[in-house]
Amino acid sequence: MSERTNILARIREGLSVPAPVPGTHELHGNEHATAPAPIVPGMVMKWLPPVGATFGDQVALFAKNSFELKTDFQIFDSLGELQGALKTLAQVEGWQRIGTHRGTLNDAICPALGLPMMLTDESYATPDLEKCDAGISECESLIAQTGSVLVTTRSSGGRALSVLPPHHVVLVRREQLLPDLPSGFAALKQKYTGNFPSFMSLITGPSRTGDIERILVLGAHGPKKLTIFCV
Amino acid sequence: MNLNVLQFKSDSERLTHNLDHRERIQSALKKYYVARDDKKARFQDWQAARQAAAETKWEAVNHLDKYLVEFADKIEARGAKVHWASTAEQAREIILGIVKEKNARRIIKSKVMTGEEIHLNAALEAAGYDVVESDLGEYIVQLRHEAPYHFVFPAMHLSRGEISDLFEKELGSAKTDSPEELTMIARRVMRDQYLAADIGISGANFAVAETGMISITENEGNARLTCALPKVHIALMGIEKVLPKFEDLALFLPMLGTAGAGQAVTCYNSMYAGPRQPGETDGPEEMHIVLLDNKRTHLLADIEQRDALHCIRCGACLNVCPIYKNVGGHTYGTTYQGPIGSVITPHLRGIQEWKHLSSASTLCGACTEACPVKINLHHHLLHNRRNAIAQKPVWWEQTLFHLSSILFNHPALWRLAAWGGRIGQLFHPLIQGTILDPARAWTKTRDLPPVADQTFKEYWRSRQK
Ligand code: SF4
Repeated sequence: MSERTNILARIREGLSVPAPVPGTHELHGNEHATAPAPIVPGMVMKWLPPVGATFGDQVALFAKNSFELKTDFQIFDSLGELQGALKTLAQVEGWQRIGTHRGTLNDAICPALGLPMMLTDESYATPDLEKCDAGISECESLIAQTGSVLVTTRSSGGRALSVLPPHHVVLVRREQLLPDLPSGFAALKQKYTGNFPSFMSLITGPSRTGDIERILVLGAHGPKKLTIFCV
Repeated sequence: MNLNVLQFKSDSERLTHNLDHRERIQSALKKYYVARDDKKARFQDWQAARQAAAETKWEAVNHLDKYLVEFADKIEARGAKVHWASTAEQAREIILGIVKEKNARRIIKSKVMTGEEIHLNAALEAAGYDVVESDLGEYIVQLRHEAPYHFVFPAMHLSRGEISDLFEKELGSAKTDSPEELTMIARRVMRDQYLAADIGISGANFAVAETGMISITENEGNARLTCALPKVHIALMGIEKVLPKFEDLALFLPMLGTAGAGQAVTCYNSMYAGPRQPGETDGPEEMHIVLLDNKRTHLLADIEQRDALHCIRCGACLNVCPIYKNVGGHTYGTTYQGPIGSVITPHLRGIQEWKHLSSASTLCGACTEACPVKINLHHHLLHNRRNAIAQKPVWWEQTLFHLSSILFNHPALWRLAAWGGRIGQLFHPLIQGTILDPARAWTKTRDLPPVADQTFKEYWRSRQK
């Protein structure tokens, strides 16, 4: 407790003299000592990359971003089509075992794959999840602006399911597509205020690194592939 | 001259002559410039976004007491334990204490610049613990027993060949010149480490006061695994990392991604609000936050330079700095390199020992222009120069200034000097670049421009005739 007191005391002492606000780099006495106008929520959207007005624009933007990020994004007209595509994927890649969690989409789709399933809703052994060929999760939302998937512990099967297996598959309904980051954060706040999940993450493409000569390599430590199936 | 200066001079001299090194850095950065310009151009208004980011950080830093307490209280209410460390030593003791109490043996670490700042690895290793860096670049420099070369791209200075040789020697892997294979070698090593580690140590890019969360930005997923698998998660962060509101992340994450790596946002941006909560089936049972001052309050007390605490460590200022590009990251000898490092290091570690960094700048302003939170970096470098001199004047500089002022104030003396300069120039080639040359520092590598045949005064007079 005492270091807390010491640090806060030093901070308060330091702050007893006000600093000029940004944009005015010279000191003009104390004339600029008041706080700048707070950012009005909604303003941010005017500065960030544009997203297009209609739902169609936003889907197109999400698809374009996914392509650049090397995410496989597909949109289906029915659950049946999605199911078929997932089955094909499982066969092509030769999945032996999948990790997943309870959820309306997952429950409707995953059991029919006929593969051994490991659920992360109950306590589980990490090495077992590591051996799964794919992690299939739901998500909170998709963000058109950046091509991101927003996952949380509560909606997406915990912290590890979406990062430990080599292939992360996201099942999502089209209503979950949101235009931009501010709306993604606003939605989280609205849903969870007072009791946030302990982990929330924006996933933007499969895991990647550029640490060797700045050359892009996918699958550094997390999934090598990210597939988003939307219905 | 102190040791830091000597080291800086000799290392920069050596590296600026190393064309391979220069070529490697330039080519790495060229890829960055292209990506960054593309992503910046997608913003509807990058300049307005910068101003807003600057104002948000201003608000946070200038009410740091309030926001820090709010952050600490909120995250503690969610079951995390917050520790306060005034000094590097205290921070190390706190972390060592947790490690001991947990009877931990193996520690996995995602990138933590504050960890470099307090020499955490050395302390943990001295106490007998295994610490592995999980970020690929950090892992590579760890194997080489080096400090990071750049605080965003730690292994930017190495070629794939050097990395392959390193892996061959340290890990017994086969030689390869494929960055992909090299990455997979590290991936395999690291997987075992995550599963075996008792403790995961991370940093934090932001701390949100309103909701009591930390936010971690990364590309590889190593931080996500570090904060998901071990039973205990320790996050070490500087006290200046606080943002007031949850939504502020909607602005800062894209700005950090764009300025830092030329990405719309980086691959993973994760918010952590405490340890595993009731009803959650994975994640650490304990979360510890270590808040580090380590002279940040010293910087805070300087109203002129307080805004250096706004820095979000994106590295954009390094990437555009002509000095950094030529002397490289290790030459600085500091945890934080480049323009921002040159601004803050004198505050954190002593102005007299580190004032030379403020002169390692062309004052071109490229850093200021690049900074997403609008820190006036090149002016701060000038302020540092002024402050260093005001605190401890250099006798020979003062003597020189004094003599010059006499010269400038006496026309006769000035005429004599102008004449002397022209004569001296005739003989200069005899001693050029040698020890006897008074202008040696300049003429060793450059020509001295010739002194004009006439002074301006003489020219004017001849025109009037
Ligand atoms: S000073 Fe600005 S440009 Fe440099 S690292 Fe910090 S935020 Fe980035």
